[in-house]
Amino acid sequence: MSTTVLSTPTSESSPGATTVVERRRPAPAPIPLTRIIGVELRKMFDTRSGFWLMASIVITSVLATAAIIVFAPDDQLTFDNFAAAIGAPMTVILPMIGILAVTSEWSQRSGLTTFTLLPRRGRVLGAKLLAAIAVGVVSMVVALVVGVLGTLIGSAIAGVDPVWNVSAAHFLLIVLGSVLGMLFGFMLGLVIRNSAGAIVTYFVYTLVLPPLLGLLASTQHWFANLQPWVDYNFAQRPLFDGSLSGQQWQHLGVSAVLWFVLPMAAGLFIVRRAEVK
Amino acid sequence: MLDMITVESVSKSYGRGQTAVDDVSFTAATGRVTGFLGPNGAGKSTTMRIIVGLTPPTSGTATVDGRRFTDLPNPGLEVGVLLDASAQHAGRSGHEILTVAQRTMGLPRTRVKEMLDLVSLTSHEADRRVRDYSLGMRQRLGIATALLGDPQVLILDEPANGLDPAGIRWMRDLLRGFADSGGTVLLSSHLLHEIEVIADDLVVIGNGRIVAQGTKASLLAAAGTVVRARDAAALAQAMERAGLAITAHPDGSVHTDAAPDQVGEVALAAHLVLTELRAADGAGLEEMFLELTADTQREGAAA
Ligand SMILES: Nc1ncnc2c1ncn2[C@@H]1O[C@H](COP(=O)(O)OP(=O)(O)OP(=O)(O)O)[C@@H](O)[C@H]1O
Ligand SMILES: [Mg+2]
Repeated sequence: MSTTVLSTPTSESSPGATTVVERRRPAPAPIPLTRIIGVELRKMFDTRSGFWLMASIVITSVLATAAIIVFAPDDQLTFDNFAAAIGAPMTVILPMIGILAVTSEWSQRSGLTTFTLLPRRGRVLGAKLLAAIAVGVVSMVVALVVGVLGTLIGSAIAGVDPVWNVSAAHFLLIVLGSVLGMLFGFMLGLVIRNSAGAIVTYFVYTLVLPPLLGLLASTQHWFANLQPWVDYNFAQRPLFDGSLSGQQWQHLGVSAVLWFVLPMAAGLFIVRRAEVK
Repeated sequence: MLDMITVESVSKSYGRGQTAVDDVSFTAATGRVTGFLGPNGAGKSTTMRIIVGLTPPTSGTATVDGRRFTDLPNPGLEVGVLLDASAQHAGRSGHEILTVAQRTMGLPRTRVKEMLDLVSLTSHEADRRVRDYSLGMRQRLGIATALLGDPQVLILDEPANGLDPAGIRWMRDLLRGFADSGGTVLLSSHLLHEIEVIADDLVVIGNGRIVAQGTKASLLAAAGTVVRARDAAALAQAMERAGLAITAHPDGSVHTDAAPDQVGEVALAAHLVLTELRAADGAGLEEMFLELTADTQREGAAA
């Protein structure tokens, strides 16, 4: 690394300012939200780990599809099976993307620069949320395309007619379910602000908690009635099955307030006031 | 000359009576380099974080050009900030970190290369991940980020950290030029010598409180005289008899707050041969720094 000694280093960056004068300039325009979203999207892809996390969406989709084609019996080569196989890794990867979109600012300490350039933290987090949702929706479209190809190829190889047994409405519900999972990760990231902590919490929530609550529901009658209202995981399950009754939507809404809206609001409140170090 | 950065009665406590910054007020003016000097843990970084809105103060206000930092529409274009050069995503390249900042501020893409050239990071180095950067390279990258938006104000926390001598010299010239062209520089350091060569104004902080502030010239003038005689003990006695407060050093030199001519008169009256008589400059300021922070610095008042 060589060093150039510049005697008037700012001359190029401040043309005309040669004397000690007040440098008055017009106030800059505020930073538009679209620009922040663009930057946040870029930040999701521009590290090796971020890139491979995104790439893993495509990779796992293709692997899951290939596995179905190879291992499933011919009459199981239906679109819903492809969708389920592709959907499983997505429900893990998308929340990780949601978590890391927030926690990396703290765990990697890049927040020091981010929140200095954009001191209105609510806007940054809003942009991150929108960027995460965009990634979630696009990922689901990628999964859809891979699933369609898998069904076509799989049935062609087996010599059977492709079975399209997932409706557009069902697909939209699956997208909603996947994005809700991602937003749950985002919320955990916001509340915990530490990558490892948020990821562990996410797995406790999705892997450890459901069987415990199931056990409670099967032994305690009062909880069995209450569970759909207070168990967000439980209330999300019908989304993936493709149809929700009016009451199931209510379950989803009420449990979402408890498990998502309130913690998210608390997280936002704290983060906007917390010290960034 | 105009007060660009204004800190008014800022305090920050961290519960359990832990007060990091205690009623701190000072200003940094346009066209000048203001040095923010204090021993480790004095509260420099905390104060700077409060100025840029990363840490909410317990009380008091800090403004840049009359506005709170958090109210600036695009702060990067008005204030260049370097607080901690290591606080970057280790997996991004230097080039990418600058690009993210350039996009956030809405600057032309060519600006990134200009800044890399300015801080002497080669394009090969810029493409490496920051994880593999040396401290000095990170510091250069941080300075590049701060200068990216062509701001009128620079707030730099220990920017010389990790720079090699040529780099320090380069930065000194850079900051001088920046201030001379009407910019405002606030930079912190715990190294007196570092600050002394760059700063026009000094703000000295110890244990969260401002212990001295003013122009470097006025603080230097208050630093007194260094004198040496062939007979050091006799000199010390004579000066004490004349009522001058003195500090005798093991190397034989004697330091006093009195002016050099007063000391000369005392020596003449006592018929002492002086081997050195001068206004305390650098060393004097160091003396002052150690004294001012004596009860707060970690090594106690050993000096
Ligand atoms: N989050 C915190 N909780 C408790 N105390 C804190 C916290 N942050 C800072 N402090 C304390 O505030 C004081 C000032 O710290 P600060 O980092 O501002 O010092 P500094 O002047 O920058 O020191 P240095 O020269 O070592 O960088 C220290 O005593 C530190 O321990
Ligand atoms: Mg510090």
